[in-house]
Amino acid sequence: MTILVYAVVAWVFAIGIYGAIVSRNLIHLALCLTVTQSSTYILLLAIGYKHGAGAPIFEDVKLGTAAVDPVVQSLTLTDVVVSVTVIALILALALDVHRQSDSIDPDEISTLNR
Amino acid sequence: MSWALPLPVVVPLIAAAVLVATGAILPRRVQDAIGIAAAATATGFALLILAASERHDVLHWFGGWHPHAGLALGISFTADPLGAGMAALACGLDLLVLVYSWTYMRRQSQTFDVLILALGGAMAGFALTGDIFNMFVWFELMGVSAYALAGFMVEELGPLQGAINFAVTNTVGAYMVLMGIALLYARTDALNLAQIGRVLGHRPADRLVIVAFALIVTGLMVRAAIVPFHFWLADAHAASPAPVCALLSGAMVELGIFFIARVYWTAFAAPLHAHASGVRDVLVGLGVATALIGALMCLLQRQLKRLLAYSTISQAGTMLAGIALLDPRSLAGVANLVLAHGLLKGGLFLLCGVILVELRHIDELRVYGAGRRLPWAGVLWLLGTLGLVGLPPLGVFLAQQLLYEGGREHGFGWLAVVGAVASGVCAGAMLRAGARIFLGWGAREDELLSPEPDEHAPERDVSGRPLGIVAGIAIVLGLAASVVPGIEARTELAAERFADTSAYRAAVLHGAAHGDAAAHVSFSLLGVDTASALYGLGALAIAAATAAFGLWHRRLPPRILSAGARTLGPPVTVIRLAHSGIVGDYLLWLSGGALAVAAIWALTL
Repeated sequence: MTILVYAVVAWVFAIGIYGAIVSRNLIHLALCLTVTQSSTYILLLAIGYKHGAGAPIFEDVKLGTAAVDPVVQSLTLTDVVVSVTVIALILALALDVHRQSDSIDPDEISTLNR
Repeated sequence: MSWALPLPVVVPLIAAAVLVATGAILPRRVQDAIGIAAAATATGFALLILAASERHDVLHWFGGWHPHAGLALGISFTADPLGAGMAALACGLDLLVLVYSWTYMRRQSQTFDVLILALGGAMAGFALTGDIFNMFVWFELMGVSAYALAGFMVEELGPLQGAINFAVTNTVGAYMVLMGIALLYARTDALNLAQIGRVLGHRPADRLVIVAFALIVTGLMVRAAIVPFHFWLADAHAASPAPVCALLSGAMVELGIFFIARVYWTAFAAPLHAHASGVRDVLVGLGVATALIGALMCLLQRQLKRLLAYSTISQAGTMLAGIALLDPRSLAGVANLVLAHGLLKGGLFLLCGVILVELRHIDELRVYGAGRRLPWAGVLWLLGTLGLVGLPPLGVFLAQQLLYEGGREHGFGWLAVVGAVASGVCAGAMLRAGARIFLGWGAREDELLSPEPDEHAPERDVSGRPLGIVAGIAIVLGLAASVVPGIEARTELAAERFADTSAYRAAVLHGAAHGDAAAHVSFSLLGVDTASALYGLGALAIAAATAAFGLWHRRLPPRILSAGARTLGPPVTVIRLAHSGIVGDYLLWLSGGALAVAAIWALTL
């Protein structure tokens, strides 16, 4: 079970990066980054998972009831918030690139020529 | 001082929010003044914290969540002299940049001040935090504001491309850091650095801990612009406004290096103790490669900001090699290098803005000889260059002396030669550019240098002189950084405390006073070591030779030139082509490099 989760994490991370490497479209590139980021969610939630435990809500439950780790859940939430900002920024930059050059292909916008 | 610890972070962030909220109401000048006042307050508090941390570590537990019986659940800021010094440097550069932007960025929207303040606050938070997930949040906030600043000139394609390359590579780096943090949390159930260190304890590290270490260090090396993760830096610097470059090069890149040292000494020093040489070899190797490739690429540039950017990469390599020696003496050298280099390089980037304002271009061939009417800028350029090469006893000289001594102790004496060559070649490129611009020496054409798209200069009514004063302040402070009385002894003590894992742990988890030796520190003057002085002069000689070659290489006999082109041409072309400006290529280098580092450590440690 656990090995499978970590294999999924590695796989999702790798396909996200692969998509970003071969991407010819900045919007596609931003979405590949969100795929990569999803692997961090899976990892965080898998680390806090406990078999048979409930949600970490402690109202009206007996003391000592098993619950999954709430810390990794809040880490995941923070990660979502932070990364949404980054993705929004990359999409905004892609929009500006399109305005300037009528293209959103990262290979074509290279102004550098050495 | 505990109450003041969050202020270098909180004050700029609140000011940034105030500027956004009042954007439509207050006139621009009032807004600028609020920003400058906030940055000055933050700098003042950072310096006060630095002074207080000389006696003992300063701690602040947010929300009063103090550790209980040695178990830390809350989030802490922990200021030791090196961390507080980093925060003070970041806040100080932030202040200089805001003052500079008063006229330089006059026509741009107020968003610029907001982003600069957010970047400054995030850098201070990153330097002061004692919690590894909190570090990740500052890492990302620092990143987001920096990406937006790099792409600030949205009406041109160059800045957009630089910002995208910067954002994509650093975001992947941040995900690697986060995965490392998650693995560490899985093993230790802790996010506080001291607590992580205590749980990991002295048991030799297993694969999980090693992979977590590799992920965190690799992610930080993306931000620190270490080969092969460095490509974004030059693109982001070449096209962003000069004051932004000053902040990125002067403080942000160095913070990546700083946290590699922080996380090693607080969490991993004991579990990796048996494998210290394996860690050292890989990091020294990457540092040396970075120093040399950065210097080579620096030599090939004609656009001043890109040239300085590659010099930053080269210096980052030297810093990583210094950290990698894993001893307090080299760490003190790195701390001095960060201080002197941050001020000097910040000042030189601000000077690039002056050149752009006065001469309308920052391409050394386009403004050939045009700088003769700005002799004072030429003098500042020369002073900055001499500071970066470490002319005894100025600028980075003290740092290099400490690094040489640290390297000799570990049998890495040859690092001194690498350092002298790298800083000499970079300084040679800067001398060459300065001689072309301010003296009109050498050839008007140079086929060795990379062509570069032109940058649109700010409005004509901006005067260069007040901007030059701000740049001059930074350069003079950077030159003086080595000769402040007592600074050598102070940084060495601070570095010893930084590397004293168990005392740090006791201070954070049990509130024990950590360090009180500062009372005995004298204000002794810098003792110049003969060997280090010779290395410094050697670097200067290399710089002079490199500059002369750059200016007059066409006068060499054709036979020597063609032989040189045959032997050196192909490898140089390969390295040059690798810096393609295409983000997919950069990601391929990044993932390959990360995989290689993780594999080497996982298989050999």
